[in-house]
Amino acid sequence: MAAIEAEGLVKIYGGNKKAKEVRALDGVDLAVPEGTILGLLGPNGAGKTTAVRVLTTLLRPDAGRASVLGLDVVRKPTQVRRLIGLSGQYAAVDENLTGRENLVMVGRLYHMGKEASAKRAAELLEEFTLTDAADRPSKTYSGGMRRRLDLAAALVVKPPVIFLDEPTTGLDPRTRIAMWDVIAGLVKGGTTLLLTTQYLEEADRLADSIAVVDHGKVIARGTADELKAQIGGERLQIVVSDRTRLSEAAELLGRMGTGEARVQDQNREILVPVSGGAQLLVSAIRELDAVGIAIDDVALRRPTLDDVFLQLTGRAVEGEPEPGAEPEAEMEPQEAAR
Amino acid sequence: MSSDTLAPPVPVGSGGPLTVLHDAWVVTLRNLRRMTRMPEMVVFSSIQPIMFVLLFAFVFGGAIPVPGAEGKTAYREFLLPGIFVQTLAFTAATTSVGLADDLHKGLIDRFRSLPISRSAVLAGRTTADWLQNLFVLVVMAVCGLIVGWRINDGVLKAVAGFFLLMLFAYAMSWIGAVVGLSVRTVETANTIGFIWIFPLTFLSNAFVPARTLSPQWLQNVADWNPVSATVQALRHLWGNPDGYAGAAKMPWPIEHATWVSLFWSVLILAVFIPLSVRKYRSVST
Repeated sequence: MAAIEAEGLVKIYGGNKKAKEVRALDGVDLAVPEGTILGLLGPNGAGKTTAVRVLTTLLRPDAGRASVLGLDVVRKPTQVRRLIGLSGQYAAVDENLTGRENLVMVGRLYHMGKEASAKRAAELLEEFTLTDAADRPSKTYSGGMRRRLDLAAALVVKPPVIFLDEPTTGLDPRTRIAMWDVIAGLVKGGTTLLLTTQYLEEADRLADSIAVVDHGKVIARGTADELKAQIGGERLQIVVSDRTRLSEAAELLGRMGTGEARVQDQNREILVPVSGGAQLLVSAIRELDAVGIAIDDVALRRPTLDDVFLQLTGRAVEGEPEPGAEPEAEMEPQEAAR
Repeated sequence: MSSDTLAPPVPVGSGGPLTVLHDAWVVTLRNLRRMTRMPEMVVFSSIQPIMFVLLFAFVFGGAIPVPGAEGKTAYREFLLPGIFVQTLAFTAATTSVGLADDLHKGLIDRFRSLPISRSAVLAGRTTADWLQNLFVLVVMAVCGLIVGWRINDGVLKAVAGFFLLMLFAYAMSWIGAVVGLSVRTVETANTIGFIWIFPLTFLSNAFVPARTLSPQWLQNVADWNPVSATVQALRHLWGNPDGYAGAAKMPWPIEHATWVSLFWSVLILAVFIPLSVRKYRSVST
């Protein structure tokens, strides 16, 4: 039995005269074996958060069933709540309480008793390097500290199953990597984890298996390597100097590749799936040189999950920042809306 | 994380009545803590009623005659029960805003993901607001005593009056809970509060004798308004002038104000507690 199971989950929003019906979940099946991490990967609005809300008993599905450690989330919500920890997309800590008070409150709501709650809070603050800030109101915390506190709040009773909804959205790259270490550490203890993310790199790095979600449906699943294998092996990436010779070069490279060459006009870039590795790279450069096409850049690269997404949906991941770009820029509209 | 993550989760209570009280109390403490962290909130929440007492007493005091009562402090004695009820009616907005804020910040999701009673979060919120009201009431009462308001009819009736008043405040708080869980933003919660509470408290006998309201249907509305019943009950229990002196016949709900007020409060609680708990169960951010 998997620790988290979902079968045919459907959740429909709206559908009255005013709003068009939105199928936030449109028949989602999931199975997360005990002690593993499933990465639920998809762009904004794909249905990831809705799935988490159903699995954590916050939302009733319109169809389908889901269970956590064998307990049905609709019929046995209270028992399920005893076994799960949830850390949401919006860091749900009380900003008027200190870090310590937040954790003690959660402990007391689990009926751990005053002393046990205080002890557990101290442990968690230590573990998440929040001890120095423990007695400051959490509104003074940085984004990364709040996320850590939020995650700590989800771990107060050491739940065997944890749900993390976009745990690193809006964090700067350094804080994100620190958060990854914390999350990776969780599973060493045997915890089962479901993680949603719109960062392909994050799923690649943390998850044992990945389910790609788009428009409320799981459109692909497997390990990161399996997904990459789905779209073939390496790809040759070439940037030509002269835009007018782009299509000529693409035709030439297309004949050498194992699939269709993809041309990106404004970057003067050609991407073509190939097999044959470095040797093929050499022949490609020779052939281009022979017909007098100058190149600015050339690379042979392993497919990324970005390529997987492009392949599966025919479009790039929406809202995915350029590698190395500051993710904060993406967070701003949400922050402003608060 | 160490390997003790695997340890079985701590057993939690069975959800009996004591558990509900315990959970509600933990949430109450959390909400009260918020008040001490934001002292400006407490200061402003008591400045406003003081301001109301003074403004009404000195601005309208001279212009509004109270039938059957003479002298400088007649209107003030008439006014204070009205101000009490009006101020405490606004607790509904406080509750709305508090819950809308928790909802918006994702705290309600956190609470809902915990194995606690469904009513604990709401009870904790309304109880904290109620305790804050108790403080505001003391401030207002002291201010009233300074400007000439008196309780004239003995301790027992005085206590009965305060009980009715605080019961009414608690009932209003639960209406506010339903509103707070129904709107999407704190700003809306605040605005909506003003939109319904202002007419509710002004279309009553709180500030002027209800007999002066015109046209006649407005008087009928005022007579049946729970605010009027509560205000009248307080005036009656505390021996303050009620503006009905010389009237041939009191409207029925005013004549039986104490029981009508009690009835309204209990009815509001009976309707809005289950309604807000239902809303809480299915609320989504």
